[in-house]
Amino acid sequence: MTPPLLALQGVTKRFPVPAPLLARLGAALGRPVPDRAVHAVEAVDLAVARGEALGLVGESGCGKSTLGRIAAGIATPTRGAVLLDGEPVRVAGRKRTTRVQMVFQDPYASLDPRMRVGETLAEGPLAHGLTRASEARATIADWLTRVGLDPAAADRFPHQFSGGQRQRVAIARALAMRPDLLVCDEPVASLDVSIQAQIVNLFLDLRRELGLTMVFISHDLGVVRHLCDRIAIMYLGRIVEIGPAAEIATAARHPYTRALLASVPRLVTEEGDAPVLEPIRGELPSPLDRPEGCPYRTRCPLAVPRCRTEPPRLRALGPVEVACHRAEEVEGL
Amino acid sequence: MTDEPTLAVADLRTHFSTRAGLVRAVDGVSFTLGRGEVLGLVGESGSGKSITGFSILGLVDPPGRIVGGSVRYQGRELVGLAPRDLRTLRGREVAMVFQDPMATLNPMLTVGRQMDLVLAAHGRVRGPERRARCLDLMTRLGIPAPESRLAAYPHELSGGLRQRVAIAVALLNRPSVVIADEPTTALDVSIQAQILREMIGLVRETGVAMVWISHDLAVVSSIAQRVAVMYAGRIVEDGPVRTVLRAPRHPYTRGLLDSLPARARPGEPLAPIPGTTPSLLARPEGCAFHPRCARATELCRTLDPERRESDGHGFRCHHPLEAA
Amino acid sequence: MTPEAVPQVTTHETPLRRFAGEFRENRVALAALAVVAGIVLLAVLAPLVAPQDPYDLAALSLRDARRPPGFVGSGGYTHWLGTDAQGRDLVSAMLYGLRISLEMGLLAGGLALAIGTAAGVTAAALGGRIGGAMMRLVDLQLSFPAILLAFVLSAVLGQGKLQLVAALVAAQYAYVARTAHGAAAAERHKDYVAAALSTPLSGARVLWRHILPNALPPVIVVASVQVASAISLEATLSFLGVGLPPTEPSLGTLIANGFQYMLSGRYWISVFPGLALVVLVTAVNIVGDQIRDQLNPRLRR
Repeated sequence: MTPPLLALQGVTKRFPVPAPLLARLGAALGRPVPDRAVHAVEAVDLAVARGEALGLVGESGCGKSTLGRIAAGIATPTRGAVLLDGEPVRVAGRKRTTRVQMVFQDPYASLDPRMRVGETLAEGPLAHGLTRASEARATIADWLTRVGLDPAAADRFPHQFSGGQRQRVAIARALAMRPDLLVCDEPVASLDVSIQAQIVNLFLDLRRELGLTMVFISHDLGVVRHLCDRIAIMYLGRIVEIGPAAEIATAARHPYTRALLASVPRLVTEEGDAPVLEPIRGELPSPLDRPEGCPYRTRCPLAVPRCRTEPPRLRALGPVEVACHRAEEVEGL
Repeated sequence: MTDEPTLAVADLRTHFSTRAGLVRAVDGVSFTLGRGEVLGLVGESGSGKSITGFSILGLVDPPGRIVGGSVRYQGRELVGLAPRDLRTLRGREVAMVFQDPMATLNPMLTVGRQMDLVLAAHGRVRGPERRARCLDLMTRLGIPAPESRLAAYPHELSGGLRQRVAIAVALLNRPSVVIADEPTTALDVSIQAQILREMIGLVRETGVAMVWISHDLAVVSSIAQRVAVMYAGRIVEDGPVRTVLRAPRHPYTRGLLDSLPARARPGEPLAPIPGTTPSLLARPEGCAFHPRCARATELCRTLDPERRESDGHGFRCHHPLEAA
Repeated sequence: MTPEAVPQVTTHETPLRRFAGEFRENRVALAALAVVAGIVLLAVLAPLVAPQDPYDLAALSLRDARRPPGFVGSGGYTHWLGTDAQGRDLVSAMLYGLRISLEMGLLAGGLALAIGTAAGVTAAALGGRIGGAMMRLVDLQLSFPAILLAFVLSAVLGQGKLQLVAALVAAQYAYVARTAHGAAAAERHKDYVAAALSTPLSGARVLWRHILPNALPPVIVVASVQVASAISLEATLSFLGVGLPPTEPSLGTLIANGFQYMLSGRYWISVFPGLALVVLVTAVNIVGDQIRDQLNPRLRR
């Protein structure tokens, strides 16, 4: 078996939260202050093989974006290692490698509004000597064509483009660095349905042509299922289930994955009553105050006392890996 | 009373005069809404669906202006009504739910206090009954532990709870019509499912009529009975929601459906609509959709199609798709 | 409180052209801009348009001193705004005074812009304790009235153009630094900066090529308002006698010179330079306000 292109090992990210004023006063008087931190990502192990597309799915606050930024080398994990081909992505607190690039959610915010598209695209390759100044124009024209834009776009400013076109520019910027790994954080979430489909097709083409390895972060299971080979489901900073896309979409083993799938509205075209949507019961716990044991146990219909005391680890169950003590009994749900 | 629709919008036109030119954001929108009916108003960004909602409530600010058409609420004309009368009507008879609940909620007041103020402002419920009314509505919207939420400030609630409280505030005075502008778009699917479920139940129990504005066809198919699809300021197709989504007659609706990933096998290319939505400043001549339409002919380039109807299924297209 | 529904329109005009177009829509701002341009032009062309060279003592005659507006002096031309205590034509003195006032204002405003931007953006880029300490220093300085600081500094440094510019810059750079810091800190958290850092581009490059150009517009607005307040600050200092030496009479010096004659009914020596000052400062402020309104997305329709 070949070693994975991207390996996350025990990655944990905590954001310290300043204690309230009263607690700090108490601390000054010698009272102990409880450790307050948002555990955005908790002990995540993940491997992505070369040429593979991995979908990272979860609801807001589950830590998928933080994990994506750590994988892309923008953020430093509090603990754990991020290795690309065995080499660390960040060295001495700085990102050095150009081999992992990122596409952001909002194409209105991710392009410098004061730079022409051509300058934005050429900046990285020129700074890293990937292209010579004399060739830059031709290279840019080539990448713009590949993402479905007119090469004349190079002379225009971002505000002259629609959202979908801007996202194409952002994708071209990332690809112009010739990355091995592309991390995409909700790249189609802010686009209209018809434009979303265009960009999904573009990713499909690029994967086929360039053999890209991708980490694709999204809340939309439909899009992820369509684009990715494997899907990882996150809940409160942990991966609760991971496996082949088709398995996760049709035969999930974790109660949370099941519940998430059941709450996605389906397009109803047959007459008769609409199928009942099954919301997940209860509220998402605050990331400041995560439940002991299994993070999902407060909302889980299968929870037993063991779930409170013993945090479940990811274990193989058929084709998937699942972090649930009672995954074998999920079928009954 | 029986055949008078609760809300009747006819040929509504809302234009914005901007420096770049006249923007015909809403350009001839007509629909009716009966008691207990939910109409899904669907479209992509820039289609004019939100501005239609705002126009019904007279919430369009300059440089925008309603330049024509009528909005009749229980037979009463709302276009041209004095701002004061409109305000009274807005709190009591016609309510609005926004995508951002903080557009409704006051961050400085507790949930209970502002619900009480909303009830008091319209003076129809006496003091002791108000609290009961609030609690009842919150329970029906699936808000857990409603008693304790009354004492909470909006920022202490999660996004999903906040939206449910905003919906409760909108429904407090038992309005006959609710305009909901993408109320679940910013929420996670599990919370969306919860809100959809409670709203479906509430519509059934109270008979409130609702315009549900959304870009999400699946959401609309699960809450609405009828759907109106907007493109470039007009309704291009309307009818019973299941019929329209099962067998659309307009190529644009068909294109929207074919763009959904669920329509293709995983890994196979999707079938997007080519091109982009037209700039509202330069609406194409003839049928506004013709530059993106595979069925377009010379006729479509020159003549704007009128609405045609068969069995309550209306469409504006010269070359409609086959009926089911 | 309801959100506004405004359709989004994609236009193909450049930001600069859109800016100019929106500016033209406000008649008052346009008129103020014309006034500023007119005053600047008059000040620059003062040697050509002024009837008299107020520095040429040989051309002055005490017989013409303190004459009212409309007086025809020994030079044979009409003193439309009268003459001052030395028999100087007030129109000429004011034109040359405007020249000096504008020179001081632009020099001080420009330097405050450069120094304040450098300080604010550096503090934002450094962040953490060092950046924080820099901004606390700026805050400390902002808590003193600018006039007090400038007054003390001019008194310590002594009279002279350079000394005055130094005092004005020291009193005013903090406003620019505060704004630059806020704007740069806001830009730093936007996705295009994250994108540049993930490429990766060097910190210095991200700062100069991305953050600075995007943080600049609000800073330029503050600086333009600072030009106006530098002009009035300079006039105040000169009026109080700690600003420019009498050999370089700015508008403030002129007002101060005429002040002693106010009670004897010879109002024009002080009032006309004072009016010129008010018109200039007001016009610059209106232009600055309009630019600010256009750049501030919260006030945008």
